[in-house]
Amino acid sequence: MNEKQYIDLYREYQELIERNSAVCLNRGRADAAAWLERHGLPTRRHEDYLYCPLMKELERDYGVNVARVKFPVNPHDVFKCNVPGIHANVYFIVNDQFYANTHPGLGGGAVFCSMKTAEERFPEIVGRYVGKLTDGKEDAFVAMNRMLAQDGYFLYVPKGVKVELPVQVVNIMRSDVDYMATAHNLIVVEDGAEVTMLVCDHTIDRVSFFSNRMTEAYVGRGAQLHYYTMESSHDSMNNLNQLYVKQAGDSGFTMCTVGLHNGKTRNYTEVHLDESGAETTLGGMLISDGVQHSENQTLILHNAPHCTSNELFKYILDGESEGVFAGRTVVKEGAQKTVAQQTNRNICLTREAHMWAKPQLEIYADDVKCGHGATTGQLDEQAMFYMRTRGIGEAEARMLLLLAFTADVVDLVGFEALRERIRTLVEKRLRGEAAHCEGCRTVR
Amino acid sequence: MLEIKNLHAEINGKEILRGLDLTVKPGEVHAIMGPNGAGKSTLSSVLTGNPAFTVTEGSVTFYGKDLLALSPEDRSREGIFMSFQYPVEIPGVSMVNFMRTAVNEHRKYKGLEPLSASEFLKMMRQKKELVELDNKLANRSVNEGFSGGEKKRNEIFQMAMLEPRLSILDETDSGLDIDALRIVAHGVNRLKSADNASIVITHYQRLLDYIVPDFVHVLYKGRIVKTGPKELALELEERGYDWIKKEFGE
Repeated sequence: MNEKQYIDLYREYQELIERNSAVCLNRGRADAAAWLERHGLPTRRHEDYLYCPLMKELERDYGVNVARVKFPVNPHDVFKCNVPGIHANVYFIVNDQFYANTHPGLGGGAVFCSMKTAEERFPEIVGRYVGKLTDGKEDAFVAMNRMLAQDGYFLYVPKGVKVELPVQVVNIMRSDVDYMATAHNLIVVEDGAEVTMLVCDHTIDRVSFFSNRMTEAYVGRGAQLHYYTMESSHDSMNNLNQLYVKQAGDSGFTMCTVGLHNGKTRNYTEVHLDESGAETTLGGMLISDGVQHSENQTLILHNAPHCTSNELFKYILDGESEGVFAGRTVVKEGAQKTVAQQTNRNICLTREAHMWAKPQLEIYADDVKCGHGATTGQLDEQAMFYMRTRGIGEAEARMLLLLAFTADVVDLVGFEALRERIRTLVEKRLRGEAAHCEGCRTVR
Repeated sequence: MLEIKNLHAEINGKEILRGLDLTVKPGEVHAIMGPNGAGKSTLSSVLTGNPAFTVTEGSVTFYGKDLLALSPEDRSREGIFMSFQYPVEIPGVSMVNFMRTAVNEHRKYKGLEPLSASEFLKMMRQKKELVELDNKLANRSVNEGFSGGEKKRNEIFQMAMLEPRLSILDETDSGLDIDALRIVAHGVNRLKSADNASIVITHYQRLLDYIVPDFVHVLYKGRIVKTGPKELALELEERGYDWIKKEFGE
């Protein structure tokens, strides 16, 4: 019944919520509330939520900023994320609010702004895409998002435009009381266009947060979307990311999610390969310790022939942490010449760390090349001994092996400066040093 | 430098070494031969501190230090090196990174500053020539995808980099063709000095054509049962191990 307080909140403040929202997000609120009331939150008996701790976290009474009061914070003061060598267009989102910034923009007619602004400036585009992948989803967290989301970001790259600099979105959680952020984002990359995104998740206050971000991404014919995420948040962060991607013919989508530190995180990624020639790569590198929970649920739908999907998720679990990987790849009837590979490799450094892996392939076509593999184990003892006989101490040998383990995931990141930065942060993290960017005051 | 006294060791409760004695002095080359299962590889494993083996009795001192009390890494830093019979592949760890870490850990142990990147690369270049190690191999992950001969050459390359006082060559000749054998032996001979010593463990005599031993020991049932000059190796080659088994078997 943890959802009830949020349904009540919605009903009580419905008018205020709608008045302060992007109008396009208001449609379907009532339906979502009704669905949630009828079905409730999933229990741990529900297949897709078997190990998910987030339902319980909703017991807490989080504040929701329905009136959209601006939080008194200057993101530039608290967050000086200078990834060396990366000249990015940086945008701040504090909780679920968009902060205007001063840099000149993305060029070539590409736009990054709030949904509220977008529906005024680009009503046709917003109208054509928003909710198309998420409306009607029978899922409690989708329903909660649809019931409460008031705004989000909008990234639009027009036909043929290649955005030169990466778009960096910095999500900062900032509040004096326990707080829930809900956002619905929209990414539209038109035919032949290309853009790289880096999304960073941070927390700056020692309260509990719940974040429910739902992102729809539409990748046009021959277009490329590179989407990298990096989480470095504290133990009391409950982070739910839902990403829905629809790819047109010959398009490319690459995701790489790096979890350096977190509380409880669930990433749901759903990719629709709708036309021939589309390629998708999903990668993840999750490093957890303490009682952290890192979860990736993926669903790749091969709806058309001649599409390629490649998944590589790796976990390093220390302490009593818990990792979940559930990857489902569905090759629909007629999706011939599909190439799909799914790989999940995990290292448990202690006896108390747990990994739950569920690789699933469903194939309804007969001329395809598909494979999956999942392994969970400890560090290679023979390699450890070999290195020690060369004078490399145990701790250092362990470090070399762990860094080697992470290498192929980090290599999925398509641009050098960020790849180097991630390598450094991963090494710092594994050495037990604070893994966030220099000068950044966010706390763990 | 090395003094092994009455060494007993077991693995999974099975005793393999049963009272082994051996003394090695600087400048010497000792060959240890013996039939399969005599304990040759157990000896090298115990000397390098492989945790799979348990020493139940006896002592090993290296320049007066109790070797058995040291961790594998400290044994290496004290100057013991083993060339593995089966070198381990470590995907994702580059040779350069691996060797730089090893060399600098040795230097730290001796109280020296780490080598700069350029000093290190210069050192690597020099030592690579010694064993004719291909540049391409040096840029790859440790032993990954190396052929048998390349792996053994890589072992001798590492030996050249770490400049050990005592090197143990465990069946270094196994799986090598004659060219690779010559290159590996050449490398070992070039590294030989009056201050260091080698223990060459081998089943066959042919390696000893290239690396000439001062002493040949026959290991059988976990003990050294016979010691002689280099000619003993030839005799073993000719007569096999059956006469040893007859003479010392139960």
